[in-house]
Amino acid sequence: MTAIQQRASEPVSDELALVQAAKGGDVGSFEELVRRYDRNVFRIAQHITQNREDAEDVVQDAFLKAYSNLEQFQGQSKFYTWLVRIAVNEALMKLRRRRPERMVSLDEEVKTEDDSLPREVADWSPNPEQQYNQAELREILGRTIQGLPPSFRTVFVLRDVEGLSTEETADALDLSIPAVKSRLLRARLQLRERLSRFFQRRESGDGTK
Amino acid sequence: MKCSEFLQELTNYLDEALDERTKTELEEHLAWCHNCYVVCDTTKKTIEIYRDSQLYELPDDLRTRLRTAIISKCQARKKAGPREV
Repeated sequence: MTAIQQRASEPVSDELALVQAAKGGDVGSFEELVRRYDRNVFRIAQHITQNREDAEDVVQDAFLKAYSNLEQFQGQSKFYTWLVRIAVNEALMKLRRRRPERMVSLDEEVKTEDDSLPREVADWSPNPEQQYNQAELREILGRTIQGLPPSFRTVFVLRDVEGLSTEETADALDLSIPAVKSRLLRARLQLRERLSRFFQRRESGDGTK
Repeated sequence: MKCSEFLQELTNYLDEALDERTKTELEEHLAWCHNCYVVCDTTKKTIEIYRDSQLYELPDDLRTRLRTAIISKCQARKKAGPREV
């Protein structure tokens, strides 16, 4: 079984030069940084907030905050990791505002018992996603990830959707590396478990699937 | 190796973050334990499906609108000079 391909990262060689130029007042350089990462910030924000309007706000607020605080970026991490940290914080603030009854934190208590031991081990169809049309598949994936605690889905989206390394994810979220790994394992297993309901191999019977 | 031990290492295995010896032990376990093989395979598919899903892609028109708004606010801040945020 081969390992999973990481999403290719954007070239970063000229990135520090863009940041330096933006610090010096060149808004055009900052615009290039926005072009480079706006899709990523939107995806992350939508995954965390699960709300389109909130995600749009997060994109604007995160880039504006980054622009206003560029002086604080010292180049010790990648600009993208620094930006993700800002975006995650903005997204969590939105989530807290929407759900004031429930404290939302990345440090929320994670159950330590074996709550993610797989119960459903039926094999899946060879091409499970092809059992559904595009709209149905989006609905399934969206609802499934929505069911995870915010701290799990945040780690999952950074590591597995955006392709950040464990270290970069830990850095962006202010979590320890073991905490990232533990949340990632649980997130992956819980998603797998929930998706099994939709994707498991069906006995040939009605001939439609 | 027990199934619970295999699961603890699943993420490291999928991320290729294991030493050769542990990797070999895991693969020996996978060779005979069908349940763990299925869990491993379907977890890998789960990740791939989400990665390839293009769930929450930013539409071009919205993208342009957001970028225009961001840049015009940056211009305004630049004109206003440095300020506390």
